[in-house]
Amino acid sequence: MSIELKNVTYTYSPGTSYQIHALKDINLEIPDGQFIGVIGHTGSGKSTLIQHFNALIQPTSGTVSYNGEDVWAEKYDRRKLRSEVGLVFQYPEHQLFESDVLSDVCFGPMNQGMTREQAEEEARKALHHVGFKEENFDKSPFELSGGQKKRVAIAGVLAMNPKILILDEPTAGLDPKGRDEILDQIAQLHKVRGITIVLVSHSMEDVAKYAQRLIVVNHGEIAFDDTPKKVFAHFREMEPMGLAAPQITYIMHALKEKGLDVDPSDTTVEEAKQDILEALKKINSPLLKGGVKND
Amino acid sequence: MIRDITIGQYYPAKSPIHRMDPRTKLFGTLIFIISVFLFHSVAGYAVATLFLAGMIIISQVPVKFIFKGLKAIFMILMITMVFNILLTPGEVLWKIGIFKITREGISMAVRMAIRLVYLVIGSSLMTLTTTPNQLTDGLEKSLRPLNKIHIPVHEIAMMMSIALRFIPILLEETDKIMKAQIARGADFESGNLIQKVKNMVPLLVPLFISAFRRANDLAMAMEARCYHGGDNRTQMKPLHYTRRDHIAYVVLFVYLAVAIGFRVMGW
Repeated sequence: MSIELKNVTYTYSPGTSYQIHALKDINLEIPDGQFIGVIGHTGSGKSTLIQHFNALIQPTSGTVSYNGEDVWAEKYDRRKLRSEVGLVFQYPEHQLFESDVLSDVCFGPMNQGMTREQAEEEARKALHHVGFKEENFDKSPFELSGGQKKRVAIAGVLAMNPKILILDEPTAGLDPKGRDEILDQIAQLHKVRGITIVLVSHSMEDVAKYAQRLIVVNHGEIAFDDTPKKVFAHFREMEPMGLAAPQITYIMHALKEKGLDVDPSDTTVEEAKQDILEALKKINSPLLKGGVKND
Repeated sequence: MIRDITIGQYYPAKSPIHRMDPRTKLFGTLIFIISVFLFHSVAGYAVATLFLAGMIIISQVPVKFIFKGLKAIFMILMITMVFNILLTPGEVLWKIGIFKITREGISMAVRMAIRLVYLVIGSSLMTLTTTPNQLTDGLEKSLRPLNKIHIPVHEIAMMMSIALRFIPILLEETDKIMKAQIARGADFESGNLIQKVKNMVPLLVPLFISAFRRANDLAMAMEARCYHGGDNRTQMKPLHYTRRDHIAYVVLFVYLAVAIGFRVMGW
């Protein structure tokens, strides 16, 4: 069970003066069960890339296959594919249209052919998963706050029970608290339901904290594809791409240069804290025990 | 799909026509349209064709681009031609049942087709070489005398430029919402007419909401910058006629004179 992209190239408005090569010869495999982060500067082609995953756009050349089948083959059921590969767009709250929250979340499952009762059951489950309160189920989606709308929109895709969930900057425009809550719930989905997650993000801290694998897109090409630790080791090469490693990576590198024995590949605050404390213990152990200072 | 509409689309280039004052181009388009209706002989249409071809060459807009605009009027063109051929009285050439094809009908149909096609090509040449902003600036300045009879020319021009500016934004938004709903299993293609209309609801509701939200935001931003209509407003790029425009006007008047001459002489 996986998505596979082979030599995928995508060109906007081919043959005109507006021609843009959004993607150039992309080869990529997304196996089951991974939590993948996708980062890239604005206009790097990452949004175009993820729209290939559920056949919303057809590559100009190359093939996209899901479970070994070409999704652009003539007889392929792309509606079924889209219910298995859920895609939550950036600012998903702009897609809400129903008169109440529950009906809006039911839209997806009912398109899959469920009855209203079944759909409502799925909708309720999905809304609980994203931490949406039961008492607001009958409210109009338009009177909710930004963060709540976002949850409803994510639930709208989740209710379709996708096996792979792709989220395009799900936290844009949220406050830090709302951001952490939503990301934690997404991580929970990955753990509990075993859903494959593809998280597009601008925040290096977020992808470092959650993702097992990190794909860096630059000028329509994949610049790096590895574990976050290994990718962020290239942080100096990423700077010209308009990207940076998490702030903590910079601190750890600076500490290492100054002679403190720490691991510069730490990407999260938690790891770094442990590391620094241990390094300090080694150096200052005589001091901490009240011993004489000797250099 | 929806991105293929060329009417009102600007083609960036640095030709003399692109750099011309928009008022000259508006006036030129007007003269060309008048001339197309003045000519009614083969020689006349040849003159119009030469003029139009010359303008297209000078404009550096690829011919392919100009003809793309014709796709939109293809149906109208066909319908007018069929009606003209079948419904014009005169010397009967063929008769099939109640349908009569007359010599006058055919010549009328061909003339109408040429006029329609030239009309569309002429005006799309203007929009292809003029940015919407220049166009409304030109309109505003040309129509300024109407201010005296209390027509809010500036406001109308402002509304036009905002409307034009929002077309690509709303098209993009439509595309985005459509994709988001397709990702949720929406189906915009199959079903009968009533079902199709019903299926549009998940697209139209968010689109309307976003249009109103954008309008609100824009109004707020304009008021925050103390916008209050056209009185005493200066422009960042005021329109000035240059040598290029004077030459263009001479060419246009000669062309108009030729057109009137042809008509008077009955050629």
